[in-house]
Amino acid sequence: MINKKETLETIHMIDNEHLDIRTITMGISLLDCADENAEKSCEKIYDKISKRAENLVATGEHIEKELGIPIINKRISVTPISLVAAASNAKSYLCYAKALDKAAKNVGVNFIGGFSALVHKGFTKADRILIDSIPEALSQTDIVCSSVNVGSTKAGINMDAVKLMGETIKKTAELTKSTDGFGCAKLVVFCNAVEDNPFMAGAFHGVGESECVINVGVSGPGVVKHALEKVKGADFGVVAETVKKTAFKVTRMGQLVAMEASKRLGVPFGIVDLSLAPTPAVGDSVAYILEEMGLEKCGTHGTTAALALLNDAVKKGGVFASSYVGGLSGAFIPVSEDAGMIEAAKCGALSLDKLEAMTCVCSVGLDMIVVPGDTSSSTISAIIADEAAIGMINSKTTAVRLIPAPGKKVGDVVEFGGLLGTGPVMAVNSASSDEFVARGGRIPAPIHSLRN
Amino acid sequence: MKKAIISVIGKDKVGIIYGVTKILSENNVNVLDISQTIMQDLFTMMMIVDIENAKGDMGFLSDTLSKEGEALGVDIRIQLESIFESMHRI
Repeated sequence: MINKKETLETIHMIDNEHLDIRTITMGISLLDCADENAEKSCEKIYDKISKRAENLVATGEHIEKELGIPIINKRISVTPISLVAAASNAKSYLCYAKALDKAAKNVGVNFIGGFSALVHKGFTKADRILIDSIPEALSQTDIVCSSVNVGSTKAGINMDAVKLMGETIKKTAELTKSTDGFGCAKLVVFCNAVEDNPFMAGAFHGVGESECVINVGVSGPGVVKHALEKVKGADFGVVAETVKKTAFKVTRMGQLVAMEASKRLGVPFGIVDLSLAPTPAVGDSVAYILEEMGLEKCGTHGTTAALALLNDAVKKGGVFASSYVGGLSGAFIPVSEDAGMIEAAKCGALSLDKLEAMTCVCSVGLDMIVVPGDTSSSTISAIIADEAAIGMINSKTTAVRLIPAPGKKVGDVVEFGGLLGTGPVMAVNSASSDEFVARGGRIPAPIHSLRN
Repeated sequence: MKKAIISVIGKDKVGIIYGVTKILSENNVNVLDISQTIMQDLFTMMMIVDIENAKGDMGFLSDTLSKEGEALGVDIRIQLESIFESMHRI
């Protein structure tokens, strides 16, 4: 039987250490919504999402109440729209984004992901139309998220796509100038994108997935930080063990919620993503965990090693706790969404270069970083290329979510509000990458892609 | 049987157990186990209850108990046992 100490530990984690389920994400295939007539296709999309997800929010709230654990977000991911819209005669896919936005609002979720294209090897006609539509789509909808996969370990890096995405990010920032380029916070450029990621803005429902699926993303940086406070000064073996045990407990909670949601909605369970996802709330920060390991400020020397240990221990603890682990699973390091990262960036301890090094060992990439508004599109493309190279060579997912905030300079601070937080504008290298980016073509897949 | 755990944490005063059990009795919730202590100056009570035949659903019980908690100046919550089981037992 459960004893009082264990009960209180769980309650304490929820009340004081921000333990929560970050998201229940329903993946919905829209492949059967393709139609030559774009208008008709959009109607099918609206109807399918509205029907499939009609009980998602209410079910999530029920589970929340019964288990007494907050479930912060209920979200939807869909088949990359470039695949669904390819059959249509549309010249712009803005109407598809609007249909997604309307359907998502209708069922009450707070984000819908999948205005996406997978172009790691090349573009179809539809991929190009989709990417061209991104700036307008993100400025004219509220909760649609977009992602583009520009590289993979198997295919190499599509440098034409990298160039195009630098320009697309700039255009999106320009069109959402009144909100400091907020549109870019809903746009992720991936290398090795995963098909079952429940976290936004990069979630989409891959073509290898079933008709409809429930994926759950857990969280819990505050819980890990608190656990480490109790082992101050202990060696790294103890630190890793402590993180593992904590990750196990957090993930078990995610597994339970995933199974419950799947049962109640009559939708198969996909995966639990055991990521440490920070929020701007004090005490819910990944940076604070790294600092708890003995670093004065996140970003100083030793940060990459600390993050490597953390990311690995989270996976090891979590993998035993869930029957199916997937998504991105590790530690996220979004700057604007993490109180400790924000502080570190403001005081100059954390630079873009250090963040790039950290992405070699964290679960994703350069996330929610505000750069000066006059950063050129080729510099943004070059940052994407660097990040994609790290992903391609290390067979891991990497991503770039940069916000070139119009009119902002290094030292300014941009407020996004809510879970997206506050972004101090960070410096980029001022030397040009124009000619590098202008080459275009494809960077070949690395030698270790030839495994067959 | 459908087990849930009720936890009451707060400053000790007269009538806490009465306040909680009155609601349980009114809603046909059976108490299976009850324990209480004073931990770090806080009144801490844990009850294991069976809500199989309860009148209201968990949402209703949870709202009613937390309202009673506000009146008594303590935190009262009810959670399905499965959350503790999954977190602390393999």
